[in-house]
Formats: sequence, C-alpha cells, structure tokens
Amino acid sequence: MKRGFFQPRSLVAGLIVVGLAGCGGNQDALHPASGAERSIADLWWVMLIGSAIGFGSVLFLLVLGWRRRGRKTSPPSNAKLETTLVVTLGVGIPVVVLLSLFVYSDVFVMRSTAAPTPGSTRMTIDVIGHDWWWEVRYPGTPVVTANEIHIPVGSAVNVVGTTADVIHSFWVPQLNRKIDLIPGRTNRVLLEADRPGRFRGQCSEFCGLQHAHMAVLVIAEPRARFRAWLANQEKPARPPATGEERLGLRLFQTQACAGCHTIRGTTARGTIGPDLTHLASRGTLAALTLPNTPAALRSWITDPDHAKPGVKMPALPLTGSQLDALTAYLGSLR
Amino acid sequence: MTAVDLPVGPQRVERLERIWTPRPGVLGWLTTTDHKRIGLLYLFATLMFFAAGGVEALTMRTQLAQANEKLVGPGTFDELLTMHGITMIFLFIIPITTGAFGNYLVPLMIGARDMAFPRMNALSFWLFLASGCFLYAGFALGAAPNAGWFDYVPLALKQYDPGSNIDFYALGLILNGASSTAAAINFIATIFKLRAPGMSLNRMPLFCYAVLAVAFALLLALPALTLDCIFLELQRRLGFHFFDVAGGGDPLLWQYLFWIFGHPEVYIIVLPAFGIATSIIPTFARRRMVAFPLVAMAELLVAFIGFGVFAHHMFATGLATITLVFFAAASMLVVIPSTIQVYAWLLTVATGAPRFRAPLLFIGGFVVFFVLGGLTGIMFTAIPFDQALTDTYFVVAHFHFIIFGAAVFPILGGLYYWFPKVTGRLYHERLAIVSFWVTFVGTTLTFFPMHIVGLLGMTRRVYTYEPGLGWDAYNLAETIGGFTLAAGLLLILGNLVWSRFNGEPCGPDPFHGGTLEWTVPSPPPHYNFAVIPTVRSPYPNWDRTDAGYDLERGGLVLDAGHETPSTEVRDARLEEILSMPSESPWPIVLAACVVLAFVMLLAGHVLITAVFGVLGALTLGAWHLHEPEET
Repeated sequence: MKRGFFQPRSLVAGLIVVGLAGCGGNQDALHPASGAERSIADLWWVMLIGSAIGFGSVLFLLVLGWRRRGRKTSPPSNAKLETTLVVTLGVGIPVVVLLSLFVYSDVFVMRSTAAPTPGSTRMTIDVIGHDWWWEVRYPGTPVVTANEIHIPVGSAVNVVGTTADVIHSFWVPQLNRKIDLIPGRTNRVLLEADRPGRFRGQCSEFCGLQHAHMAVLVIAEPRARFRAWLANQEKPARPPATGEERLGLRLFQTQACAGCHTIRGTTARGTIGPDLTHLASRGTLAALTLPNTPAALRSWITDPDHAKPGVKMPALPLTGSQLDALTAYLGSLR
Repeated sequence: MTAVDLPVGPQRVERLERIWTPRPGVLGWLTTTDHKRIGLLYLFATLMFFAAGGVEALTMRTQLAQANEKLVGPGTFDELLTMHGITMIFLFIIPITTGAFGNYLVPLMIGARDMAFPRMNALSFWLFLASGCFLYAGFALGAAPNAGWFDYVPLALKQYDPGSNIDFYALGLILNGASSTAAAINFIATIFKLRAPGMSLNRMPLFCYAVLAVAFALLLALPALTLDCIFLELQRRLGFHFFDVAGGGDPLLWQYLFWIFGHPEVYIIVLPAFGIATSIIPTFARRRMVAFPLVAMAELLVAFIGFGVFAHHMFATGLATITLVFFAAASMLVVIPSTIQVYAWLLTVATGAPRFRAPLLFIGGFVVFFVLGGLTGIMFTAIPFDQALTDTYFVVAHFHFIIFGAAVFPILGGLYYWFPKVTGRLYHERLAIVSFWVTFVGTTLTFFPMHIVGLLGMTRRVYTYEPGLGWDAYNLAETIGGFTLAAGLLLILGNLVWSRFNGEPCGPDPFHGGTLEWTVPSPPPHYNFAVIPTVRSPYPNWDRTDAGYDLERGGLVLDAGHETPSTEVRDARLEEILSMPSESPWPIVLAACVVLAFVMLLAGHVLITAVFGVLGALTLGAWHLHEPEET
C-alpha cells in the first residue's frame, strides 16, 4: 500500500482490511492508481466504518436479548417508549445517515468518476468489446491493437466504449468505475493513472462461454515511452526478414488466418479477430489467457479450444514446419 | 347460517369430518383442493428443487475451489449458473414461502376453512410443478437455459444462442408466472374476504400482511417479465425486432422490463421471511410485537417502494445522471421500512423473556445476515461504488446474504416452528440447535469471503479464474463453507424426517403461540376449525388464556356442506356463508393441457398446440359444470 490514506483506517476496519491489505492482486479496487478510483475507495472505507457502527448496534441488541434469556416472564411493556425507540432507531437515525451518504456519494464522489466532458481530455481511445477480446483503437492514428491499452501517466484519457456483438463491460478496478458496452450505445469513462503500472481489468458483464477469459491490461507509462510505443504501433508490419518468416507470411495469407485477422502492410484484412500488426509487442495472447511465448503461440494456433473452449478461432491443420514458419513470422511482428 | 350453543356435539364434528375428508390414496392427493395438502405438495416439490439448486451450487463451487479447475467446462457451467438462479428464485423460494407456508398457514391464521378459490389453488400448484419439470426437461435434453437467470439480450437472441435453451427459459417462466399470478389472486381474495369474524385488519397476523404484500407485488410485477419473455420468443421465433438495434429495437428494453419485475422480486423473496420472523419472535420472546402497526405498514411499504428502485441494477449502462440520482434516492428510501422492522424485531426480543429455541436461533441468524446484506445494499445506493463493484462477487455476497441469509433462514426456522403443527410431533431440539450453528457457520464461510474477492476485482459469472490475483484462498474457503452449509441443511432434513416418526407428540400448542393456528389440534383436522373463531386481538390464542375469552363465541359450525364464512374487508363483520367447491380432477387435467400446449409450442407444432388449447378450454368448462352435491 503506497498511498498512506487508509493506513490509519485499516486499524479501525479490522479483520477485513487485514485480509485485503495482504493481497497485492493488480485487479484490486482498493489499490487505487487514479484520483477517481481513490475517491471510490475512500467512499468504501467511509461506508465500511458506518456499516460497522450500524452492525454493532444490532449485535448489541441481540446480545442484550441473549442475556435476558433467563427471564421468567416479560416485564410490562411501555408501548409509547417502544414506538419512540423504533422510530428513532429505524427512521430518525437512518434518514440522517442516508441523506449524508447521498450528498457525499451521489453528489460529490460522482463528480470525480463522471464520464469525461468533451474537450476535457488530452486523448481519446476507442475500446470495442468482442466475443471474447478487446479491440483498442487510437483515433487520429492508424493504430489498432488488442487487449492491451497503453496510456501516458498523468494524462486524462477519454475511453469510448462500444461493442461489436453482445453486451460487455469494461472495468479496470485500479483506475475507475466500469462502463457497459451495449449495442447501439456509446459509453465513456476517464482513465487517468497517476503512477506508472500495469493494471488488469476484466469483462464484467456475462457475455457467453469465454466471459472468464476476457481480460484487458492497461499499461500506464511515462510520456516519452508512451510516445515511442505509439510511434512503433503506427508503422505497418515489419516485412519478413528470413525465408522462414516469408513462408510464415505466405501461410498467414493463404490459410484461414487472413480471413479474420489484419496485419497492416500485408493483404491480410480480416476484422473478426484481433489486429496482429504488432503482435509480438504484446505480452499476452487471447485476452490475457496465455503468455505471448513461441510455445504458447504454437499451442494456441494448433488448438485454441484447449485454452479457451468455445473460442471462435478454428484449429489450423498445419504441419510442424509450417507451424514453425508461422510462429516465427508472428514472433517477428514487433 | 347455522348457529348453535357450545360445546359442539360429537355428531356435528363427525358430520364435519365426513364432509371435509378427502378421497383416500394417491387419487386424493391428485384431486385435492385442501389448502393444507396443497401446501404440503408445494413443500415437497420445492424441497426437491432446492436440492437440485443446491447440487448445482456445490458443483459450481467445486469448479471454483481453485484457479483453472477443470471439473466442468464453460458450457455446463453456464447452464448450472442459470439453472441455479432460476431454480432458487422461481422454483424454490417464491413457491415455498407463498405456496407452502402461505397455503398451509394463511387459512389457519385467519380462521378460514380453505383458500378463497380452492380449485384455482390446486391449478397453481400443478402449473408450478409443470413449469419446474419443463425447465428441467431442458437440462435433461442438454438444452438448459444458459444466458443467466437475467437472460440479457443480445446474448439470449437466436444469433448468439441458437439452441432451444432460451426457449425453455422464456416459455418455462411464462408458465411459472401463470401459476404465481393465480396464487397471488387467491391470497388477496382469501386475506381480504375469508378472515374470521372480528379479525379486523389491525388484528390480522403480520405473516398475513407479508403474504398480502407479496401477492400484490407478484400480481403487479409478473406482467413485465411475462411480456419480456413474449417479446423474446417473438424475436427468436418470428423475427420481430424488439431488442436489435439494426431493426430499431433496443437491448436495454429487455433490462428495463426484466428489472421492473426483478427488483420487486427481491422483496417478494424476503417479505414472507419477514412474516415468518414476526410470527416466531413474539412466541419465543413471550410478548407482543413491538410497534405492531408500524411493522404492518413497513411490510406493505417495502413492497410498494420496491417498485421504484429497479434501475439500480442498470447503473453501469450509461443512464442519465438524473435517472441515476432518482433511483439511488428511491433505493435509499426502501431502507427505512426495513430498519423499522429490524429494530422492532430486536427490541421485541430484548424487552421480552426470550427462549432461544431453534426457531428463534434461526431468526437471530436471519437478523444478522439481513443486516449484513442490507448494509452492503445501502452501499450500492452510492452510485460510484455501485458502478465500480456491480457485477463482481461483492454483489454475489450481498444478495446471497439477502436471499440465503434473510429469506432461507426464516424458512428453516419456520420449518422447525410449524413442524409440530403439521405433524403433531416435536422436532429434536438439541440436534436442531446443532444444525443451526452448522448452517450459520457454513453460510458465513460461504458468502462472507465473496465481499473480499469482489473488492479484489473478481467478476461474477466466470467459470474459472487465473491464479495470482489474490482470490485463491478466499475461493477455497467459500467452497468449504458451501459444503458445511450443505451438511447443516442435511442435518435439518434428517431431524425433521426422524422426528416425523419418532418425535414426541406435542398437542395443539407446544410453543404457546399467539395466533389462531395454535388453537386447533396438531395436525389440524381437514375442516381446520370445528367452530369458526371470533377474534378480538392480534394474538387471539394468548387472549384466550390471558383474558379468558371464548374464541368459539358465536358458534359458527357451518356443517351444511363445504362452508366457510366471508367477512367485510376492513372490520371483518360477518357478511355471508360461502359454499366452497370440493375436490376435483379438473385442475390437474387443465394444468396438463396447458403444459402440453407449451411443450408443443416449444417443439414448433402450432397445430397440436391449438388442440391442447381447445382441450384446456373444454376442461375449464367441465370444471364449472360438475359441482357434486354435499351430504
């Protein structure tokens, strides 16, 4: 926990916090890396403390009842006092607490997580949900990539979310709330990382068989590195350098691959699967299902259903040497 | 109207016995219109479905016990996920609370001899059973619904789900809705018109208030779901365009209609549980409910406000800010009637002389879980928090504390509480207390860690997950908790089965309850009350012992046939004596015609569907033709 903010509160919040603080998962909504997410996490801690007090009052009354289990008969009841107590505890206090929560969360916190207004951000990224991967476009450039979103640290980025098929939901817990990607609609969310890092996210709306394997990685990096990355991504694919790579490209264009995938600078223009122009620059395959290593790539091409049952990519009947050539070519696409 | 002086002569009791005794054997159960038998049929059927839903849950939990587990594939997992939701909601909780508890208890609590429409009551049950079998037939044929119980489009459209999985869903739920609608109408009519003389609305048991609120909510909420399912079938089968953007439709239309039903549904699920709690608490706290009128009002208010909060299920869909704020405020408002009830329950126990027998322990567990689930519910009215944590395991934790903790715990407590009434025997107290603690620990261990994995970013409805995200240990704990929970439930079942045969005979009133069901023998006679009671307080049985009132004053024996009195809605002044219909084969025949029509519709045989429709209409005719003479 780098940010000192909830350190003292963690003492108050007790066991749950200890449990949470012990985990360093990078999909953790309580390890914020942006102003927006920090306001959500703060909201959580405040609500947790409030809840603990409310739950305490209930436990107190339960224990009081338990301690009176020895009574022989009920004492005469005072209906007026009882009604007053029920109204105070059940109406008065909750109304005050709920009103405060309403103003705090639904007026103030909501402002910091609101969708970015036009012109308020320095760049826009289009995120398009597919069964079961993320298409990422950088408008104004030819850059099209998949499942990895590079953003510059400290810059407000307007993410515009749409879908190519069913409803998906885009959520990177350490950076902001989620937005549903719904046919016919466009939703927007602000990403503004305040430190460099790799922030995992995952599709949050049930979208069918491989809903579980539809993750996304936001990589926040210093401006210069981001620019270098973007400049490389803008280029068309590197031409094949060796004989084997050339064979790989030919296979890619003649086998089923090109029907679904695009490699800019070649004749492969498919739009069903991810753009592979700079595949080798990405860290993972199949929406973070596999690491992007030659071995994983081979097994992915020969049997995509093994890692991701139900995936739309067909298994390709290639010989061993063809597979070598294809993976060599794809591995060269930096 | 027949009025005699007390005591009722043995000949007249014998005569009542003769009039109300059902046909013997299986035939008697198939043609029964007795609310108690129908209640028991509901109980057995819903417990079967509960077991099925439980096995589905345990299978999913085993699959999720560790990362990248391969017990079931994604296709099977999605079917389990969907069937678990549908089963627990439509085939277990609603039918067990209204169908089993409501049917068995409401007439006994209000001093009636049956429900207002006994044959429609039987029809409700058979349609319910048929809808359950229909949905499970999909499972058996390898085409169970698989797009989640919420069944969002476009995922549920033909384009993405080409099998008949979703058709089983849509038609099955329409059938189920018909059953629930009939039951709701029956409860409203029964509670409004069949209360014993003197049981004015302010003396009506709080359980009946809860059932009344549920019946209204069902009646008003179900049409939205039925309509949604009809739209879905029209689009899937006949190419209509309700939900596709290209044809001018909108996928959000499904969500609006679904949640207009779906959120009142949550209150439909928990309200009867509130009713059970408000029955058990006064008995074991040995005092009247604190703030009785406030609690009655709160029960009705929950059902009413529950209709104004549905869009909080759609906070991440990009609704306008004003819409978000309105529904967040309404969702906060619905908290108030719940806090009123929580503190009324707690104060009743704390100011009484409580005996912590098993039923009250379950109610204690219920309060703990309901408050936990309620507090996280309040968190979801904070829009930014909702938009962050919705569709994660935090939500799964929240609503399982509500649905399992707050709805099922009172059901379990209620099973113990009314078991002596139904069977005439006591359950085994010590084993019951053990079963409570096992179930309580199991429930906590299963659902509490889900809050934490949710905050750690684990999304819902995933069939597997990656290691290294900090989720593994919690998931394993949840699975262990799930099996502990199952063990607790089996202990309860074992206790009840054992006690059914070996329990101590208990007499009419083992716990000294306040309401009318404790004034009749256990098990109650077929005619419920030899003399229809005259009611003077919300706790007539206590009134009788405390103040020496005579419940049978007025002496309505009504032994000229299947008769029960009908009273005026507010003050319950006697209006007339109703002649009730007797046992009949037509409800089950009609249900069979309807379900066969649905099967043929599913199979695409429109002509045969029409044939069964006509047969159903003929059955309805026969239903009204034959009214056998009473003896």
